[in-house]
Amino acid sequence: MPSMTMIQALNSALDVMMERDQSVLTFGEDVGYFGGVFRVTEHLQKKYGAKRCFDAPINECGIAATAIGMAVYGLRPVIEIQFADYMYPAYDQLVSEAARIRYRSANDFTVPMTVRMPYGGGIRGGQTHSQSPEALFTHVAGLKTVIPSTPYDAKGLLISAIEDDDPVIFLEPKRIYNGPFDGWPDRQVAPWAKHPASETPAGYYKIALGKANIVREGSAVTVLAYGTMVHVALSAVQESGIDAEVIDLRTLLPVDIDTIVASVSKTGRCVIVHEATRTSGYGAELSALVQEHCFYQLEAPIQRVTGYDTPYPHAQEWDYFPTPPRIMKAMRRVMEA
Amino acid sequence: MNRRTNALDLHVPAPHARPGDKPDFAGWTFPEPGDTPRPEIDASAGDLRDYAYGLIRVLDLDGNASGAWAPSIAAETLRRGLKYMLLTRAFDDRMYRAQRQGKTSFYMQSFGEEAVSIAQALALNVDDMCFPSYRQQGILIARDYPLVTMMNQIYSNAHDPVKGRQLPVMYSSKKDGFFTISGNLATQVPQAVGWAMASAYSGDMRIASAWLGEGSTAEGDFHAAMTFASVYKAPVIINIVNNQWAISSFQGIAGGENTTFAARGVGYGVPPLRVDGNDFLAVYAVTQWAAARARANLGPTLIEHFTYRAGAHSTSDDPSRYRPADEGRAWPLGDPIGRLHDHLVAMGEWSEVQHKQAQEEALETVRAAGREAEKVGVLSVDSAHPPASIFEDVYKEMPWHLQRQRDEAVGG
Repeated sequence: MPSMTMIQALNSALDVMMERDQSVLTFGEDVGYFGGVFRVTEHLQKKYGAKRCFDAPINECGIAATAIGMAVYGLRPVIEIQFADYMYPAYDQLVSEAARIRYRSANDFTVPMTVRMPYGGGIRGGQTHSQSPEALFTHVAGLKTVIPSTPYDAKGLLISAIEDDDPVIFLEPKRIYNGPFDGWPDRQVAPWAKHPASETPAGYYKIALGKANIVREGSAVTVLAYGTMVHVALSAVQESGIDAEVIDLRTLLPVDIDTIVASVSKTGRCVIVHEATRTSGYGAELSALVQEHCFYQLEAPIQRVTGYDTPYPHAQEWDYFPTPPRIMKAMRRVMEA
Repeated sequence: MNRRTNALDLHVPAPHARPGDKPDFAGWTFPEPGDTPRPEIDASAGDLRDYAYGLIRVLDLDGNASGAWAPSIAAETLRRGLKYMLLTRAFDDRMYRAQRQGKTSFYMQSFGEEAVSIAQALALNVDDMCFPSYRQQGILIARDYPLVTMMNQIYSNAHDPVKGRQLPVMYSSKKDGFFTISGNLATQVPQAVGWAMASAYSGDMRIASAWLGEGSTAEGDFHAAMTFASVYKAPVIINIVNNQWAISSFQGIAGGENTTFAARGVGYGVPPLRVDGNDFLAVYAVTQWAAARARANLGPTLIEHFTYRAGAHSTSDDPSRYRPADEGRAWPLGDPIGRLHDHLVAMGEWSEVQHKQAQEEALETVRAAGREAEKVGVLSVDSAHPPASIFEDVYKEMPWHLQRQRDEAVGG
């Protein structure tokens, strides 16, 4: 099996789907000839022609809206929002339109579109290239929200997203595009080639949406994470020596409640980790779900390790980013309670 | 407040007439009917810029057609158009009253601007895809969509095709090429462009057409639509229905004091046709031109339909609070039904007897549909749709969290 970076795996997913299905096409800012600022669509225009992989005007509303129209027609567009931070002009189209067209037309019209967006911090991108807006999508009825953490998952999940008959928000943790960064800014990041989950089939395969992955089994505490934070959490667990169970949610909506409940029922403790701001963040939903389903098994208050409720800072990035020491501290706190 | 000489001053546009004033359309000048030349469909957008500032007119106010834009159109088609307009007006009138009688929550008439939807619907192919705003019920009626089904939607009754989920008039019918109406303004316009791009991508023959009000052209979505339509030469017609009023805001609040709405096309390199929206023949003719251009892979056309919203914005609106009550009657370009009637009579293709008969038929058709729909039910506290239906069609397959919420809701 070839070893791929997450960029290569996402590119491969698009390649496989464009090969299989004429109704799949992709566009976005700099996506065509150049292959995207992160190279996810590289070579696709050359291979499939400009009509199937092309550059879009710098207008996220228009990118989302035209994709909706194409999906309504019967195509399966995959659009790239260059940075998740740029998606706000598209938000009305995603929330008021893509998410509701099936419902408001009682199944008459549907929107099988995929919205790819690189998200998250750790790249010295400042407030306009570092945000994690997942909760703005999980709050919306009618959207599905997916976040991979490895090349293998990225490809299998993206293929599932493209084949899904509902709109899927596909957030890509750009800090781990080229290597499984584990949260230590002063350490060298290992290349994906050294990670087992970089082994990625060249052809077609799917990972079902709505299924979490237990990336480390343990009995002392459950750590819920997704995207870059999966690797940061694993590093924290390793450094701390705590026998934590680390769950990579992979799909935020619909979330794999059974895996979460089984794990927290076993460990009795829960730490939730995400990069996004804390208040009304996705961790609040996870915390509520754990409380509703596992209250009588909980031994300690649930802890959240998140970005702070401030805009994303530039020079102070490593004070803001949830690094392993902050996760270790939270795990110790739930262990001591 | 003391103002310094030569100090800056903020301009807030205001209409010429408010309640109590005499309607004032003085100073509005229009080209004579028949005076505007008809360009070839492959004319460059740059050569068409003057069309943005003129007004394409075919019918004069006595019902005579003239000029290069006069379409070759069978008298039978014109009679159909007239009957559809009469039917739409009768339908609107009944449903407006039905709302007043408490049978539904809300209604929106297209009174005075019926030609905009109906002439265009008849000039398009029946399988062309329409992305309407909320005042284009005329498209459905011109495509012979059952009135009773429209009423079922308005009453959210057991036969409502959208299962009680949408405000009245937010119809949806894929098989009739009528996109589900949003209620958020202008969102459908860039979607229509995307649909048209998909049609071109797929080597289809169908084109798309979108409608929005002049007020909604201020939305970013309109400008996104114009950019994408222009860049990709999408086979789409973008119709601005300039009916002068966006609820209580006159068209100057959307920028109409400084230029025309058709002129928005100039900057995008999209042919800008400005047409008398109360002139059935002119609307038909510009639609034919734009559709032929789109079908020839020559790209989009922007049409400004210059008309007047003769009724209230909706049943929740009272226009007597912000404009002269008789402004509609003073509209210098008349009424679309009266003008087509006069034209057919002038042609010897219509008579007062036929007109009266057609009006009565329209009323009876609407009455019969009303009886049928009301037999199924009207909007009430006890919805005709089971509570569990709330949870359907959010996704293709119901995820676990909605299943649990449904079970809670229905006491499962």
